[in-house]
Amino acid sequence: MSDLKGRNKKLKYFEFTRWATQPALIFTLIFFVTPLAIMVVISFWQRVYGKLVASWSGANYIKFFGTDYLLESLTNSIEVTLATTAISILLAYPLAYILAYRISPKWQKVILIFAVLPFWTAYVVRSYSWLLVISENGIINFVLTHLGIIDQPLQMAYTRGATILGFVHFFTMLLTLTIYANLVQIKPSYWKAAEDLGASKLQVFLRITLPLSIPGVAVGAFITFVIAIGDYITPQILGGSTEVLVPQAIMLQVSRAANFPMASVMSITLMLVIVVVYAITAKHLKMNRV
Amino acid sequence: MKNLTSKSGSGINRRTFLGYAAGVSAMSALPVRYSHAAGELNILVWCDHADALLLKPFEEAHGVKVNVKSYEGTGTALSIIEQSSPGDWDVLVVDAPDTRVFAEQGILEPLDDANFPIGDLFEPLTSAAFNSIGGVRYAVPEKFGYYGVAYNKDKVDAADMRTAEVMWNEQYKGRVAVYDYYFPAMQLIAISMGIAPDNISMDHLPAIREKLLAMKPNVKLVGDIVSVQNALVNGDVDIVLNGAEFTVSNLMPSMPALDWTIFDEGGLMWIQGISVFKDSNRKELASHFLNHILSPQGQGTLATSECYWAMPANSLAVLSDDQRKILRWDEQAAFFERSVPSTISQPDIDAAMLDIWTEFLQS
Repeated sequence: MSDLKGRNKKLKYFEFTRWATQPALIFTLIFFVTPLAIMVVISFWQRVYGKLVASWSGANYIKFFGTDYLLESLTNSIEVTLATTAISILLAYPLAYILAYRISPKWQKVILIFAVLPFWTAYVVRSYSWLLVISENGIINFVLTHLGIIDQPLQMAYTRGATILGFVHFFTMLLTLTIYANLVQIKPSYWKAAEDLGASKLQVFLRITLPLSIPGVAVGAFITFVIAIGDYITPQILGGSTEVLVPQAIMLQVSRAANFPMASVMSITLMLVIVVVYAITAKHLKMNRV
Repeated sequence: MKNLTSKSGSGINRRTFLGYAAGVSAMSALPVRYSHAAGELNILVWCDHADALLLKPFEEAHGVKVNVKSYEGTGTALSIIEQSSPGDWDVLVVDAPDTRVFAEQGILEPLDDANFPIGDLFEPLTSAAFNSIGGVRYAVPEKFGYYGVAYNKDKVDAADMRTAEVMWNEQYKGRVAVYDYYFPAMQLIAISMGIAPDNISMDHLPAIREKLLAMKPNVKLVGDIVSVQNALVNGDVDIVLNGAEFTVSNLMPSMPALDWTIFDEGGLMWIQGISVFKDSNRKELASHFLNHILSPQGQGTLATSECYWAMPANSLAVLSDDQRKILRWDEQAAFFERSVPSTISQPDIDAAMLDIWTEFLQS
């Protein structure tokens, strides 16, 4: 009898979850799967004399992968995003570590508020604010010039470095949060056990803390990669279009030529890069905490 | 004066470049209904028509409320109209050469010259071929300007700015921003090479490409209006190529070091026109609005809007001496003499030009 009740309960729960997930599934089907399928189909179309012509031609793919300056946009995007992710991790990890283990809980809250401050500022405003800091007559050059450290202002704005700087400012804080959230879950009993077994502090970090915090790093790194590689605003404002990244190349095709087939090819390529990165980090993204 | 002519085509015109992006967004959005209560006029216009100073006198005179929808780019306007119901909109402002796109879709009401102060408008604007389609007028020119050069005269030799050679002048290496619109930028290069924009063909593109790429060492950034203005004001660059009065005029009263001009080799004009929607239920009111905008007072206010300044189409526009000086009013006759409108290219040439522009950005 109790088995029957239990089974009925399970069935009801199954029914509920089945129905509860329907809206999200339908939404995803309509607003993600369908547009994605349309985009894939359109990527084989052609824009001929200002009009879209339905076809199954691979000409757009051949043009994208066979044209140096277009392919370069992909390598530029990957280079900028990898640099951003790597620098952000290097800056965020120590910050998260200190925050998790060296700061009192009271101050942790205050610092966490400061950590999320960049998220409260509009993306465009943040990028233009950086220009005030790194431009030729900006704060950095002003200070360095007046201290007599440099004669000529440093060229920082409108460079790849400026784009990476803008990204790192934002993503360091994001990574700090994901790594911090991971670090505070690690049980102190693991360290005590390791120390009891004669491990040094460095060994405890390298063999316990670091491996157990990898999921936090991986999650933050993956989010950083996905957002940064698809970002248009930061390279546009801080990079000054002195080189083209894939999102800018997509915008050029869409906004100026209405060449949706070529823009689709670029978008799909970008998506494939993200899928590859996901495949690489999936192991850590799925890793269950002990 | 040169007769301003235009080629028709389905390419993309001034302001369309940024606008298509917004257009795509607009297309993907759910349809929006624009309310149209009695005593209201709905206008689909550029940002320079949103000033209270411009609208309030009309609203008070006619006892109506003017609802402004500001857009950027012809593509966006088309998207908004597609999402609207007939009668939602009364007045449209669009790139004059793009009027054909709207007229051919049957969106615009034919206009009678007798109802508007056509005789007061600068003649080169009213005689432009794109003003009428099949002999019928669908738009009245209301404001215009140029693609040329804007600069900080404290930092550069103003005489250098009057020649297109400044685009390759090594003296200004790293001191140049380019307004990010491939079409007029390459047309300016064509003009410097003695090729009229209307005559640009596929055969000309390799030479234009070479000149464009040769310009890159001088270029510090390529950006939209806000970006190039910002760079000029911050002192990161001293020159904005492919910009002119629309880039700096509104800054000049507070920053007198800024200035603009067109090249001696030739100028490239942009012209905006104002139209009435065919399905408007308030055509008479819309017509009054056009006359308000085209009136000397309205023209003065429109020319010096908060969004951007440019020359009024009406030669009787009420402007102060300082404003006229900033807009180079007294030089207009000479500017007209050596200027041609930036017109739409054939789609295949347009696509090839965009490829070259992308290569330029990447170089």
